[in-house]
Amino acid sequence: MIRKLLIANRGEIARRVIRTCREVGVSPVAVFSDPDAGSPHVREADAAVRLPGATPGETYLRGDALVAAALAAGADAVHPGYGFLSENAAFARAVRAAGLTWVGPDPDVIDAMGSKVAAKKRMAAAGVPVLPELDPESADEFPLLVKASAGGGGRGMRVVRSAAELAGQVAAARREAESAFGDGTVFCEPLLEHARHVEVQVLADAHGTVWALGERECSIQRRHQKIIEETPSPAVTPRARERLFEAATKAAEAIGYVGAGTVEFLFTDDGSFHFLEVNTRLQVEHPVTEEVFGVDLVAWQLAIAEGARLPAEPPTPDGHAVEARLYAEDPAHDWRPASGTLHRFAVPAGVRVDSGVEDGSEVGVHYDPMLAKVIAWAPTRHAAIRKLAAALERAELHGLVTNRDLLVRTLRHPEFGAGHTHTGFLDQHGLTTPEPVDVRPAALAAALALAERRRTGLPLGWRNLASQPQRAVFEHGDDTVEVDYRHTRAGVETSLDLTVVAATPDAVTFERNGVRTTHPVAVYGDRVEVGAVSLKLRPRFPEPGVTVAEGATVAPMPGTVVRVAVEAGQRVEAGAELLVLEAMKMEHRVLATTGGAVAEVLVRAGQQVDAGDVLAVVEAS
Amino acid sequence: MTTLRTAVDSRSPEYAANREALLARLTELDAEQAKALAGGGPKYTERHHKRGKLLARERIELLVDPDSPFLELSPLAAWGTDYPVGASVVTGIGVVEGVECVIVANDPTVRGGASNPWTLRKTFRANDIALQNRLPLIGLVESGGADLPSQSEIFIPGGRAFRDLTRLSAAGIPTISTVFGNATAGGAYVPGMSDYVVMIKERSKVFLGGPPLVKMATGEESDDESLGGARMHGTTSGLADFVAEDEVDAIRLTRRVVARLNWRKLGPAPKAVEPPLHDEENLLGLVPTDLRVPFDPREVIARIVDGSRFDEFKPDYGTSLVTGWADLHGYPVGVLANARGVLFSEEAQKATQFIQLANSSDTPLLFLQNTTGYMVGAQYEQGGIIKHGAMMINAVSNSRVPHLTVVMGASYGAGNYGMCGRAYDPRFLFTWPNAKSAVMGPKQLAGVLSIVARQAAAAKGQDYNEEHDAAMREMVEGQIEQQSLAAFLSGRLYDDGVIDPRDTRTVLGLCLSAIHSGPIKGAEGYGVFRM
Repeated sequence: MIRKLLIANRGEIARRVIRTCREVGVSPVAVFSDPDAGSPHVREADAAVRLPGATPGETYLRGDALVAAALAAGADAVHPGYGFLSENAAFARAVRAAGLTWVGPDPDVIDAMGSKVAAKKRMAAAGVPVLPELDPESADEFPLLVKASAGGGGRGMRVVRSAAELAGQVAAARREAESAFGDGTVFCEPLLEHARHVEVQVLADAHGTVWALGERECSIQRRHQKIIEETPSPAVTPRARERLFEAATKAAEAIGYVGAGTVEFLFTDDGSFHFLEVNTRLQVEHPVTEEVFGVDLVAWQLAIAEGARLPAEPPTPDGHAVEARLYAEDPAHDWRPASGTLHRFAVPAGVRVDSGVEDGSEVGVHYDPMLAKVIAWAPTRHAAIRKLAAALERAELHGLVTNRDLLVRTLRHPEFGAGHTHTGFLDQHGLTTPEPVDVRPAALAAALALAERRRTGLPLGWRNLASQPQRAVFEHGDDTVEVDYRHTRAGVETSLDLTVVAATPDAVTFERNGVRTTHPVAVYGDRVEVGAVSLKLRPRFPEPGVTVAEGATVAPMPGTVVRVAVEAGQRVEAGAELLVLEAMKMEHRVLATTGGAVAEVLVRAGQQVDAGDVLAVVEAS
Repeated sequence: MTTLRTAVDSRSPEYAANREALLARLTELDAEQAKALAGGGPKYTERHHKRGKLLARERIELLVDPDSPFLELSPLAAWGTDYPVGASVVTGIGVVEGVECVIVANDPTVRGGASNPWTLRKTFRANDIALQNRLPLIGLVESGGADLPSQSEIFIPGGRAFRDLTRLSAAGIPTISTVFGNATAGGAYVPGMSDYVVMIKERSKVFLGGPPLVKMATGEESDDESLGGARMHGTTSGLADFVAEDEVDAIRLTRRVVARLNWRKLGPAPKAVEPPLHDEENLLGLVPTDLRVPFDPREVIARIVDGSRFDEFKPDYGTSLVTGWADLHGYPVGVLANARGVLFSEEAQKATQFIQLANSSDTPLLFLQNTTGYMVGAQYEQGGIIKHGAMMINAVSNSRVPHLTVVMGASYGAGNYGMCGRAYDPRFLFTWPNAKSAVMGPKQLAGVLSIVARQAAAAKGQDYNEEHDAAMREMVEGQIEQQSLAAFLSGRLYDDGVIDPRDTRTVLGLCLSAIHSGPIKGAEGYGVFRM
């Protein structure tokens, strides 16, 4: 019997596990890094143990510290969540060696599946269809995919389209894999451009029962990172499903799998599929399965770890579930992770929200920038998609830029609605390029709400002789939005083709062509959130002397300098790599904005930098 | 506590006619004010902008707090004179970093911002407002100095400009000069006499004598920058306290100066503000087009005071003058308003008592003028109307609480004095566009002249030429009518501006708030009241 469970993870998944702990009466113990000290998962657990430091390497990847934490807190079991050490056999062994229950498959199974290269061989032997493997040094079949053998979640994964890129991308993938997983082994496979990512959830007890709990389609990916997942897959016919389940069950049985796991396949629309890998842990997207099958996968993980038996037959599925992952990332800046304060996080009721954040959470630079998963269930696929899109659209996400628009646009895309999805869907339909929107009405709403906040008993902006309107200037991403308005006896005059019906400090109502729309406005310092539009109020008076010298390259985000590629005096072309910054476990190349001579390099490898820090100066030639 | 009711019928034909007439006056007013707004016209405005400079009103808009009200003063100054409407300077009361300040900005698009006699009068009026109401004074300076052809009217009285600045300073009222361009010769003393000076790199030019004058005086070769550039004044002479990068930066620095004044208002804080119950829009329809037709000032009071609440004093005595207490934008006021034009002995005595009461309770007074003067005739002379009128004028003259005056209609004869006309130094005086002020009505004045002429002819035994008389009367009537009009009087600085009646409450609220920057204290003594 598990009585006290240490959750060796953070954020969303830690809270998810705590929720089940409450359901089944197990006492949850949290761990936390220094930046996470105030996180909800720490507060919600019965006890919490500090892991000193900030980087994953100092904290959530420290198996010894986690085992010590479990022992110190008096836990009798460890749940690894996903990511971090969830697929680390050495950690699983250390947990068991300390006399604790490991909530997951046997370490040997993890080992066997942890190396994707070895796993593929084993699956092929068991009769599961696999893709051929290509040599990272001499592959000549393009496009191909470089993958980290120890990888997951798209990290260390790179597409190579020509022989010229191969060596560079393999090296980059190795570095990223080394940094993320502590293992730099990579391998190559042919890239099936229009294939779907379809995976099967399996649940196996220690007594020989294996359930295939439906498939999940996770084809909607941005840079190999799943962002929308659903079950059932619109592409999988009952016949294909039968074969998929059979292959997944065979795979689980072949390795003696116990617990919750996922067998991933590449699925083509002719019904054929190839084994990708087995994830020996709970998947991020597990909630869609829970919604459709009415099960609690975490509860089953705990029960199986305690030796429980699964009933002979799995429950029958009902309806359709779709999940979208909300990330703090900036579409206007190559989707780089965003950090800062999430002033407000509220998703309308009617959908399931698994989040690691709440109003006021600080989203830092050290961990994955996923804010939450939003899951909608409905009797039909169409209804579930519509519900999810509406909930996301109406969610209040204040303070950080997110991928919300991408999610909503994808969910509402007719081709997505028709089920014509594949892993290249976003690129094919140009969805990763942010859609230009007219933010002037939102900027006007922001200006008028700000004005209302300044209201005294006297009429706003009153003039006995009106010479010019009031002007407010906002920044929207990299764009500047200027709005002019004038409060008059007859109402607000603006240059926009709309009528101001009402304005309060928190909402502004416009009328256009007889249709009224209300824009909610929230203000956090100089940040103004108008519905889904995030604006920054530009100060009326710039402080002199804070402008950056021409040719100076500044850090686009906080991070660590991995490598400096140039030195002072060297000549560079515009677009040449100056240095590489690592943030959020991703490498970002910092490029020269102009060609010329490198005048100065102000940082060195290993140095921590803040967003806006000058990294190097190139003197234009 | 009495809540005023209204008897205004906004559907009556009279209402519609009144409203139409007043709207026509407002349209005329807009056209005149547009002249002031146009400054030196499109050509000079464009040239100014091309030099990377902001217009006077653009500087003011940037200086005042966003969405705050700005009350421009004397916009029609110089109307009806040989000088451009507005008098090449913009003055007003604005809120800078939460502090109400008097702002005086030269308009360099009008003859280089040169000062003419009306520029001086308008500026002096702004200085007076700063001093009387304890408001910091901000000068946005860019002036080519005196308009030389009119130097005889400028040179001697113009010295007051510098005297005012230092007297303000001595009274503890900060003065700030932000120099956007030229401030040379006499103009150099504007920054010279100010508490704080902001200059702009490569823009400000402040010296007593320019290179040609220096060459003539001493033979020395020099240039603008070494004689009076911002950098020189910032590093060498010390005349500039702050040196700005550009105009916007200069305004930023000026705002920082005000923010650091640590300014505190000395008057009592306002109570909670309540809007009137009745619509201010109706003010356009309740004033008759013919000034001889009286209207009930309670209808006006009901549209300008908080909650339309008015506690009337002596309602049944001297009923031609309404007196009572109210709050306006949270500030307590005593109101004196003409109800039926004429002031009799009872009205004069009632006003005298009321003004004394306001002084004993430190309550500001609001005069709403619509008066044809003190009653004449044997009965009234014998009843002592002179003594009683004198008592009222004595009380008004020696009252020490702040006065506000609005000319709503007629302002004729000594009624103008008793009801705190310009000569009685109200803190602010505004006029509605339909109002008229003169010693008497044009018809009466022409009639008086006619009678006097007829008597003179009779005394000499001459025939009286009726044809000439009619022509004379028409001419005099026309001239007096012209000189009684709001724009004419406003052009001569006899008020602080002509306002839309619907803005009355707002304007008075702004003025009361500004007034409360200083202390509010009633009189302790008066002149001898003749009994």
